[in-house]
Amino acid sequence: MRAVITVVGKDAVGIIAEVSNVMKNRGVNIIDISQSVLSDMFAMVMMTDISACTVPFGDFAEELRLVGVKLGLDIHAMHEDIFNSMHRV
Amino acid sequence: MLNTLDIIETIKMITEEHLDIRTITMGISLMDCASEDMGRCAQKIYDKVTRRAEKLVAVGEELEQEYGIPVINKRVSVSPIATVAAACQGGNIADLARAMDRAAETVGVNFIGGYSALVHKGMTESDKRLLASIPEALSETERVCSSVNVATTRAGINMDAVSLLGRIIKETSYVTRDSGSFGCAKLVVFANIPEDNPFMAGAYHGIGEAECAINVGVSGPGVVRAAILRHPGCDLTELAEVIKKTAFKITRVGQLIAAESSRRLGAEFGIVDLSLAPTPAVGDSVAQILEEMGLETCGCHGTTACLAMLNDAVKKGGVMASSHVGGLSGAFIPVSEDSGMIAAAESGVLTVDKLEAMTAVCSVGLDMIAIPGDTSAEVISAIIADEISIGVVNNKTTAVRLVPAWGKKTGDKLVFGGLWGEAPIMPVHNESPAKFISRGGRIPAPIHSQRN
Repeated sequence: MRAVITVVGKDAVGIIAEVSNVMKNRGVNIIDISQSVLSDMFAMVMMTDISACTVPFGDFAEELRLVGVKLGLDIHAMHEDIFNSMHRV
Repeated sequence: MLNTLDIIETIKMITEEHLDIRTITMGISLMDCASEDMGRCAQKIYDKVTRRAEKLVAVGEELEQEYGIPVINKRVSVSPIATVAAACQGGNIADLARAMDRAAETVGVNFIGGYSALVHKGMTESDKRLLASIPEALSETERVCSSVNVATTRAGINMDAVSLLGRIIKETSYVTRDSGSFGCAKLVVFANIPEDNPFMAGAYHGIGEAECAINVGVSGPGVVRAAILRHPGCDLTELAEVIKKTAFKITRVGQLIAAESSRRLGAEFGIVDLSLAPTPAVGDSVAQILEEMGLETCGCHGTTACLAMLNDAVKKGGVMASSHVGGLSGAFIPVSEDSGMIAAAESGVLTVDKLEAMTAVCSVGLDMIAIPGDTSAEVISAIIADEISIGVVNNKTTAVRLVPAWGKKTGDKLVFGGLWGEAPIMPVHNESPAKFISRGGRIPAPIHSQRN
């Protein structure tokens, strides 16, 4: 199963490190990253493989959300199918 | 890889524009629960609902976490109880409502629909028994919803049932007077009732349905309104395109959740209902969509035209997004559940008469309208007859969910709270239609019902 992780907020040092550290700890593999900084706003989208995730997906998403709260960022982890179904005919 | 802007658009729809799955409703056939003994029938109903819907809430929560979209309600609809109970000799049919209520509590759903009767052409003994028990059933249970189909385009209108329901609604208003006549909010009178509607209070599991089916209702007035806001200068042709594209995206999410939940629950994929269902939350309002289209206040001249266009565009966008579309599928205009409707009604611009006209071009009907508690049963029956005629003649579903607010008068307010919102008491015409209603009989089916 693949999940999309999005990180949006004010740019700061160590965002990618913090987020990918959670993934490493939970056995989540990063397949692709796209990232941009537009006038101080940081936006990152990661495609990840969560089939070997060591905790239930809901817990993993919540852990990332809390990292976001700590860093002042919006972090969402969602199943890729919701984006595929909405934006691809 | 997915487009970053698309991903952000989806997240924004969910976090800022109130996109959610309004309900995953499991329809369960109770046709195998028939018994000559009422107590035995009640036990079978409890057992079957708790067995089939055991995992419904858990699966709903699981999907919510995985896909990151809120699933607001998980609900159950069952076969029409008047049919299920037809074999019962003696006993109190309201005991079946109590069994449904207990089953709903056990599986953790907030509403269970199907305390229903289909009487569009005539009433069986069991239908009469069920109708008479509605005030008791709705006052003594918390979660049970009731619906009665009094007309179809093929059969015409059963005016004896319409007359009876005026009295039943009055009685329900009285027996639930301590809770703001809330019992009436759980009772819907229909023309052309859909068998697969996932939305309460009108959901029931039709006779032609599978053993167990999942029907999903999406909600997205906030998303549609935001999309219109982003196109302030475009003409109506372009605006219809904007609405269609938005409805497509909303419905795709419903299709995904319906397919996945039916797979995980081992049930048939029923339908996705394309309705725009408002909530009292600011911005999540159908009235505000109409106002965003260019009306000063919902209810002013032009409202019916805007609503007709909105409703049509939502369907055109939604139909392609789902493999099976059904239920009510259109814009809902419940007064108490829509902050824009509440404001328009309070200002006096939106009236019951205008709402009736609006129902000719959108789904459902006169929905969650609070009227003075001293409105006579005949006037209520006549309001039902008017609304039901619109459905019968136009070959569409219409419904009436009126709340005569016991002890309250025009200008007062009823507060239900939560998704039910609050309702200003709206005036009705009190000149008497009593003679018309007392005639009884059936209004024959319209000429265009003869299609063969």
